[in-house]
Amino acid sequence: MSAHTASRESRSLSQRVVEFCDRPRVLGALMFGPAVIYVVVFVAVPFFLAIGLSLSDATVGSPTLNNLVGLQNFYEVVHQEAFVIGLRNSLLITALVIVCLLVLATAATELLARDFKGKRLLQIIFILPWAMPVSLAAITWLWFLDSQFSPLDWVLVHLGLLGPGGLWGPASHAYYLGREWLGIASVVVVDVWRMLPLATIIVLAGRLSIPRERLEQATIDGARFMRILFRVIIPALAPVLIVAVLFTALLVIGEMSMVALLTRGGPGHSTMVLPYWAYLKGIESGDLGQGAAIALFLFPVLLVAAVLALRMAYRTQED
Amino acid sequence: MAILQTQSLKKHYGRIHAVDGVDLTTADGEMLAVLGPSGSGKSTLMRMVAGLEEPSSGDILIDGRSVVGIHPRHRNVAMVFQSFALYPHMSVRDNIRFPLVSRKVSRAEQRSKLDWVTGILEIDDLLDRRPTRLSGGQSQKVALARALVRDPELFVFDEPLSSLDAQIRSQARAELRSLHDRTQITTLYVTHDQLEALGLADRVAVIHNGVLHQVGTPRALYQDPADLFVAGFIGDPPMNLLKMGDTVLGARPEDLFREGEISEPAAVTLDVEIDQVEFLGAESLAYGIVRGGLPDAGEQPPRVILRFRQEAEHHFQAGERGRFVVPRSRARFFDRKTEQRVAEPKGVGA
Repeated sequence: MSAHTASRESRSLSQRVVEFCDRPRVLGALMFGPAVIYVVVFVAVPFFLAIGLSLSDATVGSPTLNNLVGLQNFYEVVHQEAFVIGLRNSLLITALVIVCLLVLATAATELLARDFKGKRLLQIIFILPWAMPVSLAAITWLWFLDSQFSPLDWVLVHLGLLGPGGLWGPASHAYYLGREWLGIASVVVVDVWRMLPLATIIVLAGRLSIPRERLEQATIDGARFMRILFRVIIPALAPVLIVAVLFTALLVIGEMSMVALLTRGGPGHSTMVLPYWAYLKGIESGDLGQGAAIALFLFPVLLVAAVLALRMAYRTQED
Repeated sequence: MAILQTQSLKKHYGRIHAVDGVDLTTADGEMLAVLGPSGSGKSTLMRMVAGLEEPSSGDILIDGRSVVGIHPRHRNVAMVFQSFALYPHMSVRDNIRFPLVSRKVSRAEQRSKLDWVTGILEIDDLLDRRPTRLSGGQSQKVALARALVRDPELFVFDEPLSSLDAQIRSQARAELRSLHDRTQITTLYVTHDQLEALGLADRVAVIHNGVLHQVGTPRALYQDPADLFVAGFIGDPPMNLLKMGDTVLGARPEDLFREGEISEPAAVTLDVEIDQVEFLGAESLAYGIVRGGLPDAGEQPPRVILRFRQEAEHHFQAGERGRFVVPRSRARFFDRKTEQRVAEPKGVGA
């Protein structure tokens, strides 16, 4: 008995701390703590602050929540032309990016799932857009899409598609960023270019988890590539594709840097997206209330989309 | 029905010779097992027959027609994988129909083929289920149905029983054999399990390190192994292989008799010290050390295994010592260098 107590007392402080931390409740709290703090400080507080701001007449000059104005900010925002265009563009760009990504990521996955010479090099080249800083990428793309010096224009002119007598009119410049639909298309192209590596990696992970025997069985069963792709590979990828869609949709719809860097929402508001308009309103123009209202507008849509997508992903997995 | 033939078939992966010159010919409607330990090249051989791998050299003939370079789709070789490889998101019905739909078979024919094959395998009640809701035995039947539905010339089975529970394996084996007897489709059956190979196949081809060692009936393989590898591989426990100078004496555990038990002249008489006895139900195995009786046995006294039935007069105990004979008709001899079977050397049994 006395030996036992002696050994207890002789344990060092550090040993005691370690043992204390090893208790399930303490350990759980320690592990969980950082995540909770992160969510509270960086997600919950800004989110509820944004809700508060959207209901007030706060500006950058007087950022207080003293004067609540109800839903007036939302009312005013909805009745501006830029809002309708921004909402349309946000949804349109997101939808187009997702469709392009699904097709291209699935195609790229089929390529990268095979063995061939130079596969490593191709993988590295493929991942580069994701590793490149946005601003650097934007400079490159700004040059590509420049109104005067675009190399794309130069190629098209030499192909006889652009310029006098060309298929697409007499002008020898396409003004990619200076026209509404070309501007939107440009944003979509650059967004797809940036997101494709991420989407492909997600899809590739799912693709490589399909047992090889199943694909060989389909080959022996006489199925051609397209049938194997649509009847064997894509059904097996469905849960992964849903995750990829959800992920990229949330990234694209909340993203403003491409529009900010390429077109600044112009010409006029024709390529405006909601996040960029929220930034312009709330920060540049100083109307915090309206900015918050714009930013919050997509929240319910996103929430419903996220919940639906997750439920579908679970259901497919249970099958 | 068809005859499958491989001619000096080789497959190299870099410097590894997975299949190294295999000549194999099946009879029409035969079930031929390809038996070998893992890494012996049997899977590569099977994949080349199915068309999933191209041979490095040599030829594969089905009914005398070379199929090398022909896409698996056009080979009419059906394969059942070890995992059964059912399509998990399709019903059993769609799984079975998949080869027909892929080949653009008419709907009426699809239906009649489906009826025919579900009748044979008795799986009518499973058609609307998903593969995830099937037991191992049911999955196997569905995989067989999907292979059978296209009327293949040739079946290739990749260890079809090893993913089943031990309890249902013997039943599945019997069903597989009865299916083969009814359909008479030439079948290549690849396995590492000699019980499956010996118990199921008409003939067994033993392959090791990419080389074919012996092709024969299960009985021939067991009684007259062509070389030391087959002798040591077939049989559980394997044949006792005892060094005698330049030759090796092979004797099955059940072919060692107590001296005086039989009248037949003996090839050798061994002085054995038994150190362990295993009770296995109908029979027992005795493990012993040969203390004398072998000329030129080497420095280490060799070990032998003896098998005796429960109704035998004498039950051995550990620690017992006795003299055992191998009758000349049961003794097999191999050359130590070439490892091939040889005739009984002179001086034996004198």
